[in-house]
Amino acid sequence: MERYRANVMLCAGTGCVASGAMKVKTALQEELKKRGLQEEIKIVLTGCNGYCAQGPVMSVHPDEVFYQALTVEEIPRLVEEHFLKGRPYQKLMFKEPEKKVAIPLMRDIPFFKYQVLRVLRNRGLIDPESLDEYIARDGYQAAAKALTQMTPQEIIEVVKDSGLRGRGGAGFPTGLKWQFCSNVLSDVKYMLCNGDEGDPGAFMDRSVMEADPHAVIEGMIIGAKAIGAHQGYIYVRAEYPLAVKRLQIAIDRCYEAGLLGKNIMDSGFDFDLEIYQGAGAFVCGEETALMRSIEGKRGMPRPRPPFPAHKGLWEKPSVLNNVETLAQVPLIILNGAEWYRSLGTENSPGTKVFALTGAVNNIGLIEVPMGIPLRTIIYDIGGGMKKGRKFKAVQMGGPSGGCIPESLLDLPVTYEDIVKSGAIMGSGGMVVMDDNNCMVSTAKFFLEFTADESCGKCVPCRVGTRILLDILTDICEGRGREGDIEALEDLSQDIISASLCGLGMTAPNPVLTTIRYFRDEYEAHIKDKWCIAGVCRDLCTFFIDEKFCKGCMACQRACPSKAVVGEKKKPHRIIQELCVHCRTCYETCKFKSIKILPAKAREAQPSELIELVGTAQKKQ
Amino acid sequence: MPRLTIEDLQRIKEKYKAEFTLREGGYRAKVTVHMGTCGIAAGARAVMTALMDEIARTKVEDVIITTSGCAGLCAREPMATVEIIGHPPVKYCDLNGDKIVEIFKEHIMGGNPVEKYALVLGSETTY
Repeated sequence: MERYRANVMLCAGTGCVASGAMKVKTALQEELKKRGLQEEIKIVLTGCNGYCAQGPVMSVHPDEVFYQALTVEEIPRLVEEHFLKGRPYQKLMFKEPEKKVAIPLMRDIPFFKYQVLRVLRNRGLIDPESLDEYIARDGYQAAAKALTQMTPQEIIEVVKDSGLRGRGGAGFPTGLKWQFCSNVLSDVKYMLCNGDEGDPGAFMDRSVMEADPHAVIEGMIIGAKAIGAHQGYIYVRAEYPLAVKRLQIAIDRCYEAGLLGKNIMDSGFDFDLEIYQGAGAFVCGEETALMRSIEGKRGMPRPRPPFPAHKGLWEKPSVLNNVETLAQVPLIILNGAEWYRSLGTENSPGTKVFALTGAVNNIGLIEVPMGIPLRTIIYDIGGGMKKGRKFKAVQMGGPSGGCIPESLLDLPVTYEDIVKSGAIMGSGGMVVMDDNNCMVSTAKFFLEFTADESCGKCVPCRVGTRILLDILTDICEGRGREGDIEALEDLSQDIISASLCGLGMTAPNPVLTTIRYFRDEYEAHIKDKWCIAGVCRDLCTFFIDEKFCKGCMACQRACPSKAVVGEKKKPHRIIQELCVHCRTCYETCKFKSIKILPAKAREAQPSELIELVGTAQKKQ
Repeated sequence: MPRLTIEDLQRIKEKYKAEFTLREGGYRAKVTVHMGTCGIAAGARAVMTALMDEIARTKVEDVIITTSGCAGLCAREPMATVEIIGHPPVKYCDLNGDKIVEIFKEHIMGGNPVEKYALVLGSETTY
């Protein structure tokens, strides 16, 4: 094979493709050709690198230089400098937000430095469409070991000893799940993979499927041997076209190479694997609903027991594992349970992938050891809050999770600790919120989602989430009444105890955690008709405090409805009748002169206003 | 693609070893060809090509090549720096294709710096 002196690992994950990675690739190819370097420099398209916010990104090996925010226009200069003259091109390097000093090496960039890659071990290092490159990184060695040297029970014991827990959110021990299914006698069993990732803002599983599809397939082959299944399905939502494409390519290559189908690697073990595309209903991430969906029926859960280990897909014993869980399995088989436990805590060993997003500087996909404090994730990997704003809460677990306040920032990230806070680990969505977020609206946002996605089979979930949403909407629109908070709490408990499946049982979590940690905000909404964050439009008045206003005209220029009046260098004023409460002036003002007051301030007398401004001063 | 056996997995891994040495690090020796304007004008490209051909021909997998800018001594270009991990780096000057191949054989593979082409021993390392 040809030899290259450098490999350019260009990210072709969904994020980077959306920001123009393919155009950058063409430009790179053309420029390298123009300079006669096409024989020396190889371009490899990889899966998601994780640093999606700065896409398209690429890393150059062996120099290990990381480039971000690539544009077609900059490529000729980059090629000339780096590849022709050997001078890493500073302009496209990562720079720390405050310091503006370029950091050339990927391993020195804080976003990457604190991460430990296991599930994402091959990200940015292999071409996900190449079977050979996966094999070059020890791929299918674990499957070979499991198929030829281990009995099903030995595989199960290793996975049990490793303490691996389901990464879909609930954290059920994977080895135990396999044991239950293995114990059932049946000539037909199914090995299933749950790729129906539906939480808003979460993209861990998608990235694994896109960046390293073979890791998932290998995990499934091992699981199939452990439980005695010869047929498998990967359930992926149709909204993930790139993941479906790369998985299909991977499956096709495996069949060609005899890694799927009859007599895999001459071990005598048969396993067939297919992709099943879901239509994107959130409830289909629930195991019994997912199985109904594969059967071609409407995706609705059914009561358990019987558990899928006894009666699952087509009433046959089945195991359903999450994408990330399966991608961990080959490593455990290859390196042993003790190695796996070398990271993480006693009850939550290993690593977890999170989709870090929201009001932090570095957003993207990260993998960290379990037990790491939330503070490290947000301030070191995430690079702290955007624009130096104040941290308010981090939302974990999506619509099934909850909001964790600042007082709990030192909480270690483990299944047990996160549950104690009222949130859940969930599949790994992590949305960081600053003081511009209203917690009542946040709860309402998630309830809109769950009320919409409730399949309607059981009353507590179908009607209960709708009523929760109605109460929250009333509070946000100024119709909140005394007793609403208690009603929300009561109803939430009822929904949790009476719902049929996980969707209903966890749907009230966003409401309960926001009440638990931000009760004063609910009270301000209901009693004072005051949304201190200025998000609920009916519950706020924007007011310019003349003491701070420099008359710089910035808010006047920014206001879309021309509600701000006043001359240059003289204090401005907002005409309340014209104001649409869009917050633009608040965001624009550099002197903090704009105060968010309760709704009644619009008609308030001057003396009352002074008092309100004083209260607002203390709160904001 | 023929059906794979367990032995094939190892074979494929070996085949890709050089490429993954490049991506993962873990190389034994690094050659930096100085490619400033002066180096390119003096023929650094021919040096680079000769070295790459030799590495491909001999199927050596733990040596990587990289480029850098002008080394500061434009009169003695083309220049290259050979760094073997754990040994002081050696700068060579007035190179051409034949000389770099000789350096590859003697120094990089044999472990004996070629003194007649060397400019200086022990400049700064870059790994």
